[in-house]
Amino acid sequence: MVALLQNPFKANGRKIKINDLNLKIGGEAGFGIMASGLIFAKAVNRAGLSTFGYVEYPSLVRGGHNTYQIKVTSKPYFAPEKQVDLLIALNKNTVDVDGANLGPFSGVIFNDEEFKLESSEFEKKNVFLYPVPLEKIATEVGGGKLVVNTVALGAALALVGLDFQYLSSVLTNTFRQKGEQVVNLNIKSARGGYDYVREKYADHFSFKLEKLDGPPKFVMSGNEAIALGAIAAGCKMYVSYPMTPSSSILHYLADHQLKADMIVKHCADEIEAIDMAIGGSFAGVRTAVGTSGGGFALMAESYGLAGILETPLVVINVQRPGPATGMPTWTGQPDLDFVMYAGQDEFPKIIIAPGDPAGAFYGTAQAFNLAAEYQTTVMILSDKFLGESIYGTEEFDTNKIKIEEGGILSESELLNTENYKRYEFTETGVSPRSLPGQKSGKYVANSYEHDEFGFVSEDPDNRVSMMTKRMKKLVTASNGLPGPTLYGEVEAKITLVGWGSSKGPILKALDLLKQEGISANFLHFVYISPFPIEATAKILSSAKKTLICEGNYTGQLARLIREKTGIEIKRGLLKFDGRPFYPEEIAKAAKEAV
Amino acid sequence: MEAHDFETGHKPTWCPGCGNYGIWQSLKNAFVKLNTSQEEIVVVYGIGCHGNMANFLNVYGVGSLHGRSIPVACGVKMANHRLKVVVIVGDGDTYGEGVNHLLSAARGNHDITVIVHNNEIYGLTTGQASPTSEKGTKTKSTPLGVIEEPLNPLATAIISGASFVSRGFAGDTDALRDLICAGIEHSGFSLIDVLQPCLTFEKVHNFDFLREKIYKLEKAEKDKEAAIKKTFEWSEKIPVGVFYQEEKPAFTDQLPQLKEDTLVEKPLKDIKIDELLKEFI
Repeated sequence: MVALLQNPFKANGRKIKINDLNLKIGGEAGFGIMASGLIFAKAVNRAGLSTFGYVEYPSLVRGGHNTYQIKVTSKPYFAPEKQVDLLIALNKNTVDVDGANLGPFSGVIFNDEEFKLESSEFEKKNVFLYPVPLEKIATEVGGGKLVVNTVALGAALALVGLDFQYLSSVLTNTFRQKGEQVVNLNIKSARGGYDYVREKYADHFSFKLEKLDGPPKFVMSGNEAIALGAIAAGCKMYVSYPMTPSSSILHYLADHQLKADMIVKHCADEIEAIDMAIGGSFAGVRTAVGTSGGGFALMAESYGLAGILETPLVVINVQRPGPATGMPTWTGQPDLDFVMYAGQDEFPKIIIAPGDPAGAFYGTAQAFNLAAEYQTTVMILSDKFLGESIYGTEEFDTNKIKIEEGGILSESELLNTENYKRYEFTETGVSPRSLPGQKSGKYVANSYEHDEFGFVSEDPDNRVSMMTKRMKKLVTASNGLPGPTLYGEVEAKITLVGWGSSKGPILKALDLLKQEGISANFLHFVYISPFPIEATAKILSSAKKTLICEGNYTGQLARLIREKTGIEIKRGLLKFDGRPFYPEEIAKAAKEAV
Repeated sequence: MEAHDFETGHKPTWCPGCGNYGIWQSLKNAFVKLNTSQEEIVVVYGIGCHGNMANFLNVYGVGSLHGRSIPVACGVKMANHRLKVVVIVGDGDTYGEGVNHLLSAARGNHDITVIVHNNEIYGLTTGQASPTSEKGTKTKSTPLGVIEEPLNPLATAIISGASFVSRGFAGDTDALRDLICAGIEHSGFSLIDVLQPCLTFEKVHNFDFLREKIYKLEKAEKDKEAAIKKTFEWSEKIPVGVFYQEEKPAFTDQLPQLKEDTLVEKPLKDIKIDELLKEFI
């Protein structure tokens, strides 16, 4: 047993840091790292604080180095941070890998019965070791290795000074389904770690968390927000083939399909998935498919099929670095070009790239309405960072979601329509739709170019009219969709430009720049196709300096902006290492550019 | 209803004497015999000569992609299992490009009726080898002769779990009509492989050749092994009829979500997710 350490703050008179903590849990796959991180985040959110959880793991089931880091703040802060304040090292490797990121007055919780660390070496850097006999405590409560992580959670909670009830209530909810015995075992394990630290290291750690009276928040990943948005929007058929990092959408929906009264189907492959979804949509059901870049590559032919049949279809692409298998468990924004131009020839595509879970929830719900209204494909373009990071997000207002079914004719309307034309040429490009089973609505949804009835036609005039009709839908849609959002002051020295999931880190970078007296703003793109040409040109043409931040090699959004507006963004922070944007590196690039 | 009620008025574009006419006629007659209305039928077409039927058949239809008709049809059936869903496809479509979908739809016993226009050749693309072309067949794409063995579609369907596996002949429209009726009435995955001569690009297996060789099977086997053995009979005599049939629940019968209503009937109003959201606190 170690002697009670001297409180560094008492020694040097510094203040304790309150409600600003970056905690990291590390260990092998199979140690329950992900579950532990989520439980800790929920406990902290129940105390009224905000959290942002970022997970890293290699593409394997056992072993490797898995981490879950949680940034705890008093206000929402959706970005990862490199500097670690409290490291829970469930193995030696965690210290070896993440030790270098330990900041001043940080601490390390580890099991000194499993491996030793030289405290003098760490104290040189003002890092304090908090050895806890994790496995011994776990064994004493009768749980053994399986609950070592829970013991560590209790220890961490005590170190930061939060009341035990926040953790015990989350453990109760989490394990309730597994029975009282499992709940009690986990609470006893956490309590063991909690009491040990309270006794040994009371009031020693330099970072404290204090209860706030903040509004309750959801602790949720972007993928879960997409799944919930789909359910709320009346998606009744979700068809998918598992592919990291999109699979947790499939898992969530499969698990809740009976409650949501929908069908969730794991298909034989992605091609089957999208074609099944198109069949379901043709028959009148709101359908979606979910995948990542490689799976979407397989779907590309049928993406065009949905385009020409004019069947509504929501496609979710949770991006990861490629090409081919690439880096399955890492992040990036490499598929913008690909999804913009995927499929044969040209057809109207709507693309929405949400920036956070709230955006993903409302954006996905909106996607189903847009798909129905414009009878075309709508893509939700997310990535691993948004998809698998765990945000402490504001509660959703489900009243905001209104289901719009688009122009489906009733049977009586069809009976009153002489010569019903499914693909009638109209001003908006949107034609009246019928569903199989309806009398007087028969038509063929034809993969071949077709006339207004759906019959094959290779006539040049018909081709021009039909192509124009389809493409016009995008023009009609563009009138109702918002342009990019400008965050920060209108007058700024530099305008940062980004899309999708980099929203959180870029917003935080604005704060960092402000602290240094640099005025910066941020133009965030969510609605990418149809591209908001005028709104973009208006803002960017008056920007003093611009910097694009994108998770790909060539600056795909920057090229799109140039294509659409003629405006060239010359400075770029392009990241394609599989890691997310960190606010510090964005602020640094902005400073260099100013 | 009469057969011509199932015609759109667009004239078929197939070559004179094509086996497709016989299948088209049998299908219309089957709809009449089953006393179905036009709107309760969805036909999903592949790409190939057969796919032109999309323009001639007066029912709800989807002209899909080459090889991808089966999953589209499964999706239609899952969305509205009260519809009768028929798939009109070719041998290149179903046994080549999209053979994986044949396997998984059979495994799932999706209640669709797949009618394969099997002429052992690619017609629409002007005469290349198909997955059922015999070894050694010389075509534009295989001038040295096909190296591969032909696929045995019936055996493939049986081992994949299909519950109705049959072969028809485009030259006997009465028998084919009855076979299509049986396939549609069968609850579960039905394969009807139709011997359909292509007079333009496949000169060997013409109507006369087939008429001489085919004989009708007495009754369907209930034993898979015996049925599979029968499917290998392809030389002096060629059996037609139902090779294998089994009663078992179809895919949509096994979904508790569809006990009360079809998927398309599920109300979209007043969807509540508050219960689900509680998990996230």
